Amino acid sequence: MGAGHAHKLYKDVRSPVHALPAHCKLAAVFCFVVLVVVTPREAVWAFGAYAVLLAAVAAVSRVPPRHLLTRMAIEVPFVAFAVLLPLVAEGERVTVLGVSLSESGLWGAWNVLAKGTLGVAASVLLASTTGLNALLLGLARLRMPPLLCQIATFMVRYADVISEEMRRMRTARVSRGFEARGPRHWAVLAKSAGSLFIRSYERGERVHLAMLSRGYTGTMPPALGDGPAARAQWARSAALPLAALAICVTGWTL
Amino acid sequence: MDSVNRAAYPADGAAVPSLEVRGLAYAYPDGHQALFGVDLTVERGRRVALLGPNGAGKTTLVLHLNGILTPGAGSVTVAGLPATRANLAEIRRRVGIVFQDPDDQLFMPTVREDVAFGPAAAGLRGAQLQERVEEALERVGMAEHAHRAPHHLSFGQRRRVAVATVLASRPEILVLDEPSSNLDPAARRELADLLGALDVTVLMVTHDLPYALQLCPRSVVLGDGVLVADGTTQELLSDAELMRAHRLELPFGFDPRSVTAPVA
Amino acid sequence: MHVPDGFIDAPVSAGTGVLAAVAVAASLRGARRELGGGLGEAGERTAPLAGLVAAFIFAVQMLNFPVAAGTSGHLLGGALAAILVGPCTGVLCVSVVLLLQGVLFADGGLTALGTNITDMGVVTVLVAYGLFRALLRVLPRRRSAVTVASFVAALVSVPAAAVAFTALYALGGTTDVSLGKVFAAMVGVHVLIGVGEAVITAATVGAVVAVRPDLVYAARDRLSVRLELRPSPLAPADEPTTAAPHEQESASAKAPSRRSARSLWLAGLAVTVVCAGGLSFYASASPDGLEKVAADNGIDEKAEDHAAEDSPLADYGVGDIANARLSGGLAGVIGAGATLAVGSGVFVVLRRRRRGVDGSASTEAQQPADVSTER
Repeated sequence: MGAGHAHKLYKDVRSPVHALPAHCKLAAVFCFVVLVVVTPREAVWAFGAYAVLLAAVAAVSRVPPRHLLTRMAIEVPFVAFAVLLPLVAEGERVTVLGVSLSESGLWGAWNVLAKGTLGVAASVLLASTTGLNALLLGLARLRMPPLLCQIATFMVRYADVISEEMRRMRTARVSRGFEARGPRHWAVLAKSAGSLFIRSYERGERVHLAMLSRGYTGTMPPALGDGPAARAQWARSAALPLAALAICVTGWTL
Repeated sequence: MDSVNRAAYPADGAAVPSLEVRGLAYAYPDGHQALFGVDLTVERGRRVALLGPNGAGKTTLVLHLNGILTPGAGSVTVAGLPATRANLAEIRRRVGIVFQDPDDQLFMPTVREDVAFGPAAAGLRGAQLQERVEEALERVGMAEHAHRAPHHLSFGQRRRVAVATVLASRPEILVLDEPSSNLDPAARRELADLLGALDVTVLMVTHDLPYALQLCPRSVVLGDGVLVADGTTQELLSDAELMRAHRLELPFGFDPRSVTAPVA
Repeated sequence: MHVPDGFIDAPVSAGTGVLAAVAVAASLRGARRELGGGLGEAGERTAPLAGLVAAFIFAVQMLNFPVAAGTSGHLLGGALAAILVGPCTGVLCVSVVLLLQGVLFADGGLTALGTNITDMGVVTVLVAYGLFRALLRVLPRRRSAVTVASFVAALVSVPAAAVAFTALYALGGTTDVSLGKVFAAMVGVHVLIGVGEAVITAATVGAVVAVRPDLVYAARDRLSVRLELRPSPLAPADEPTTAAPHEQESASAKAPSRRSARSLWLAGLAVTVVCAGGLSFYASASPDGLEKVAADNGIDEKAEDHAAEDSPLADYGVGDIANARLSGGLAGVIGAGATLAVGSGVFVVLRRRRRGVDGSASTEAQQPADVSTER
């Protein structure tokens, strides 16, 4: 988390995956992740198969593997947590290399690791192949409430502006010789956060005024984006979740 | 577009001023009173500069012009139509405000969507909307940037797009809040050329005095929430005592009498 | 704590998804009231203001607060949002941030979105707001009261989210770690985080109150304006007069109703304070081994950036823990946490109903259109 949010995941290359409409991709990724989550953890091979599926999509998308792998680092804290599970979980214990581990804890760790990693990989792939505005439009097309879409749109539009203001405030602090080094300096940082809030809120009010001035009455005019997805695009997007469905069903029956 | 309000127009529309402000007073919710009774009339087709130091109440006055702030006392009338709750939508179409910070004004993901916002909110769709957007962007010379995101434009470009967003609604009066602020000299001149060529009523809020002299034959000075002077821009700028009393300062070496000012 | 996919099982994830959807839907309606629809067109302020506040929360989460020796934490912002912009807008903002973090940054699983919103959005915001309002009722009407109330509200809101997480884990956890351990680790860690959150939230709210008290949603009470007219040198001279004020101070009118509500608030506050006290007492009284889990394991947000480098996972040994005592106390404390949440909820509802009854006397309900608009 934290600073990781600053860099953009989107990788601007041309590929069949990039060309798909955002709402198709969103739906596909969501279905895929749901299927992964409901797969029994004992079907170890199934998770390998899911990983192969994702790798195939990644290959088609032409996003460099390095780009994907570094962005997946967001998962690290949960890896740490998973490593801990076999040590603290209940149930029968097995001894590996002289350490007493819980068997169910090992399964639990595997479960969290496998499903979490696949979920993160799928999301990273989605975000790497879909631009910000396209994603927002996709959410709107998937019937997210319009007001929520507007809020999200404004957040995306102004996140950079506000982060920039925050950086300028930091520069101003540092220029005057202030370097936050511990809880003693929290008060100063909190004052910055306070004035950042005031600036954000006042900007919100000014944006609102600008909107009102141009006749805003609570609804946004319809987006000027592309039309609904063609059947072929849906079909292509469905390839991933359908393959996953086959794996999931096999995982349950075997 | 405004069949409902046609009655508001007297038969000889030209005689009705674009803007009429009477006895306007206002205090902010934090208790700070910004306006203490302002009277101002702007005739149709004229360009007027509203001068005054920071904190004189200029922005507050501007926000009353399209009904964003409701007068504590007094009234605002735009081309004969009083700015009341019932008329808000039409008042806002008639009064196009270009705010000081283009980042506030340009809130949509792309330039095209932003320019389309006003006319679309007024109900325009399809080819008509498209045409309006192109026309407005053409007038400010930004047509080739329609697909870009506002934050990828230069500051001067953003200011011009901001003007286009307002022009797209074909306003009766264009209100500009500090149009020349933060512009480099070239962008400042380009904007002046652009504004000088427009055939709409303009109220320009500024403390860039040469800019006011260049564009506006008439000026009014707002000081401590009331109008304290009203006359030709050249006269007012030449009145050293008035300028000093209201913290209005000409750039070093600038003599307003030496310039050929535009005539009203 | 951004829960990833596969951490909570599918049925419970679906359940929290529904819960989150309901909460967000309700908040969408509530936010319009909180942000004040300008000029009669209801809800029109919601999108830009909530969007900008969400952007603020997003940005402020990137603002790192150094803790010690190279580690740093950051604000979660649920309590802050609740206090500054109100509970509904707070839920909306945090939810939008979580949604976009999930979709744009792969932070938090897509199937766990409901869990994350319920836990970090709904629970934190409701607990913080309920507690904050209750405290304001009983504390003296001074600016410092706002700071104190923010501190306590933020302090309790974070462990409350941990309690909620534990409850979700009890329902749909995919690993059979004993509830006692999860609870102890979660609450222990989050009490520590809560202290940081509390200090920073209180200082931030304090900074806002000092400059723009009208922007602190819960403290926008006393604002009255008398207009004065000054003569213009251009106009025929007039004596300065006083125009009809746009809004009359109504504090005196609503004093009686406030007093009658006061005892109710006091009682409610007693309940919440007991819960809060119970929580922190419990956490501080937990055995040493738990403290170790709390301090070193990687499940908390503050530690997560550094967990990998800083905690020597290799020499990790967790001794056996007095589980009997733990699980004994567990039920009681979960109950207390639940009461806290429900209590806050009841207060919000009661308050709203009361406002509905004598709506004309309540300033918040009748914010005139222009009053909330700024320069």
